[in-house]
This record gives sequence, C-alpha cells and structure tokens, in this order.
Amino acid sequence: MSILTIERKVLEKNDELAAKNRELFQHHGIFVLNIVSSPGSGKTSILERTLEHLKGDLRVAVIEGDVQTDFDAQRVAKFGVPVVQIVTNGSCHLDAKLVQDAISNIELKGIQLLVIENVGNLVCPANYDLGEHIKVVIASTTEGDDKPLKYPAMFRNASVLLVNKIDLIPYVNCNINELKTNALRINPTLNVFETSCTTKQGIDLWCAWLEKQVESIPSMNKLSR
Amino acid sequence: MHELSVAQSIVEIIRQHVPEPDWDRVIVVRLKIGAVAGIVPESLEFSFQAITAESLLSHARLEIEFVPFRIHCNTCDTKTENEDGFALCGKCGSTDTKMLSGSELNISEIEIAEPEVEML
Repeated sequence: MSILTIERKVLEKNDELAAKNRELFQHHGIFVLNIVSSPGSGKTSILERTLEHLKGDLRVAVIEGDVQTDFDAQRVAKFGVPVVQIVTNGSCHLDAKLVQDAISNIELKGIQLLVIENVGNLVCPANYDLGEHIKVVIASTTEGDDKPLKYPAMFRNASVLLVNKIDLIPYVNCNINELKTNALRINPTLNVFETSCTTKQGIDLWCAWLEKQVESIPSMNKLSR
Repeated sequence: MHELSVAQSIVEIIRQHVPEPDWDRVIVVRLKIGAVAGIVPESLEFSFQAITAESLLSHARLEIEFVPFRIHCNTCDTKTENEDGFALCGKCGSTDTKMLSGSELNISEIEIAEPEVEML
C-alpha cells in the first residue's frame, strides 16, 4: 500500500479560472457583481430596477445564469444593455468556466459594471468563485427570517444583503430585524439594504452605494470618460 | 446538489496524480471538509460512487475528515468553535473575529493498494 499526499483544494481548477476572469476584469477596470439568492427572491427584478436607476450613469453588461430558458435575458435586454444568457442545462450553479465562455461573447471595452445573475439556489453557488469583486445575496421577506441561519455559507461569502419585498412585510410572517440580526451573526461586515421592486423603495440607496464601489475601481474606462 | 460537480473534480484530481495503470488500485481518497463548506458528506459519497461505479476507479471510496468551524476573537484573544457558523465570539460575543477553519473542501491523500502478485 502506498499513500500519495496531495493537499489540494478540490475546486482548485475553478479558482484558477476565476483568478483569470478577475485579472481580465481588472484589466478592463470593470466592477463585477455576483447576485445570488433562492429562486423567486427577486434577482432579476432587482437587476431591472438597478438598470433603470443607473441608466445614463454607468455602462453595464449582464450575464444571466439559468437552468433553462432565456426569459431573464429577454427581460434584461429591454434595458438596452449587452446581455449573455448561460443555460446550465440542469447544473445548479455557475462556475468560472461558464463565465469565462460568456465574457468572450461580450465587448468588455467601455463596460464599467458587469452583473452576473447566478442560478437561483442558496447552497451551491457559494462554493464557486466566478472572479467577481463581491457577492450580493438577496433574501426576500416572503422567505421568512431564518434563511441566513439555514444557508450560512452564502451569507458569509457575501458583501451585500438586499432584504427584498419589504412592501409585503404586513402580509408575511417575517421579522425583518430578526432577519438582519441573523445575517449579521453569520457575517458582521454585511452591508444591508432594504428594497422593494414594486414601490422602488431603497433602490436609490443601493444604487448609490453600488456607484461608489464602481468608482473605486481603478479604471481605464474612467480615464476615457 | 453540486456534490456531483465536486465529485467530478475529485475524479479529475485523482486522474492527474495517479498514473492510469494504477487507477484500479486506488482504494481510499481522503478529504477534509469544513463544517460550513456547504457539502453534505453522504451526498458526496453517493455522487462519487455513482460516477466511478463503471470505471477503473470503482474500488475507490471517500474518507471524509470533518473540520470544525473555528474563529479567533480579536477582542478577547480566544479561539472558539460553534456549529452554526456564527462569527460571534463564543466567549465575549464580539463580532471582531477571524475565521480559522470550517470552509475547507480539500483532497489530502490518495491510498493505492499494492499490485497483486501473479502466482506462477
């Protein structure tokens, strides 16, 4: 019997590709978001409100990840931004390779913000670095207030929590303070915004924060602006 | 559910490190998996068995070492563990903590059986 000692990360290959993506984003001065949540929390709606709000301020491109259909890409394309749909055909998450392939179909020059909408799933996408700068996790009030405790990895890896559908608080069993407290127990450094895509409440604060992050990226785009 | 992709990555790493003629003698693959890595060990074992069943790696089984979630508190300089993945110090409750372990998803060792000696 012989034992081979290797000590390697199982997802090392993904991490290497993610590092390459990150380099490319850095090179073009693009700030990149990876939006994650369970299905139906409002990822695409948040994106629509965000694109609407940022229109004219930032040049944005979008990568849509879904298990099936290009419905989301069609919704996003209405805002006149470049969008690439990744259909994972059953896979429960995006990985760095899929994103690498997708960005080869986008003219990155001039883009300031790239939004990657991950597959709706609070578990699997947590393990796969795509090369993004930050993960944005969305938890909607209709899902209750215990999601952060049930899916800690996603909340630990995120930089932003958007508490969405706050207009529905009177009708659902969700204590929003409890939700935020739970999330901060897992990750005390989370930036938290409360949003509603119906009333548009909070979208302005979230977008203002986002614009600040984009501006903080050393950017070739900024020089040419 | 991504245990299947993770299992595929494990197979790739085995294939990279073990020469092909030895694949059918791989008997144990040791992994270190953190408490908050988001991996269900039983599901990973099942996925690994499923994708290796009809292959040269069919004798391989996973041995998973569990790594607890540990944090170090910068306020009271104490190391504590908890099962929930809370970033709060278990002693003083401070949020000024640093994660020490718990997110591992590593392959550490591959055990290969000796070739059977052919009887003459």
